[in-house]
Amino acid sequence: MKSPTGSHTGTGNWLMQRATAVLLALAIPVLLVYFLAALPLDFSGWQGLFAPLWSRVLLLLSAIALAMHAWVGMHDIFMDYIHPVAMRLAMTLAVVVVLASSVVWLAAVLFGASIGSGT
Amino acid sequence: MKPLARPVYLNLFRIHLPLSGWVSILHRISGALLFLAFPIGVWALSVSLTDEAGFQRMAAWLTHPLSKLFLVLLIWAFTHHALAGLRHLALDVHWGVERDAARRSSLGVLLATGLITLTAAWRLFA
Repeated sequence: MKSPTGSHTGTGNWLMQRATAVLLALAIPVLLVYFLAALPLDFSGWQGLFAPLWSRVLLLLSAIALAMHAWVGMHDIFMDYIHPVAMRLAMTLAVVVVLASSVVWLAAVLFGASIGSGT
Repeated sequence: MKPLARPVYLNLFRIHLPLSGWVSILHRISGALLFLAFPIGVWALSVSLTDEAGFQRMAAWLTHPLSKLFLVLLIWAFTHHALAGLRHLALDVHWGVERDAARRSSLGVLLATGLITLTAAWRLFA
């Protein structure tokens, strides 16, 4: 039986941490150059940066990778410093809720009706 | 040899961390900071993209010295986390694991992060 505290999940987590790290190391410089090169910006210029589909897709994919990366990272920190199991599970759950809702919120912002439709 | 009196209490202020130890603990701290910043960033993006008023609100917020300070902290956290992370990836593939090389890359991470953070702070405040 699998332990509820995740003692079997280490290798998968380790690999996910590295894979998402490489993805972020490739994607973030592209996004940084894209945004910094456009400065200074007014509102329409700022909205315009999110008009190309690739910028929204890349931003959302990076956010998903970031969320997975942060989940493993925070879990690692909790494993080291938070020893009562119930407390650790509660804190990990809180982290997952924060990360998942941030990603869904970002998806709604990027692919909602207000951007790209010209309103 | 006389056995140590148990339990042993380590005085954290007397432990002298090697440079790579500093890079490692700061990697953790900066990672936790970036985790906290993620939802705030999504919120700021959401407000700034909603309408002209929201954009102006975020732009005005950015001119406040405290938020500039917060931004400098985030830039430090991101730069340190990214550079130390790349260093850890290199160590994973056994690149630069010898003591002198590891020490040099630690110093490089700390210096480069300091330089980038100071440059960003200067650009934001000057």
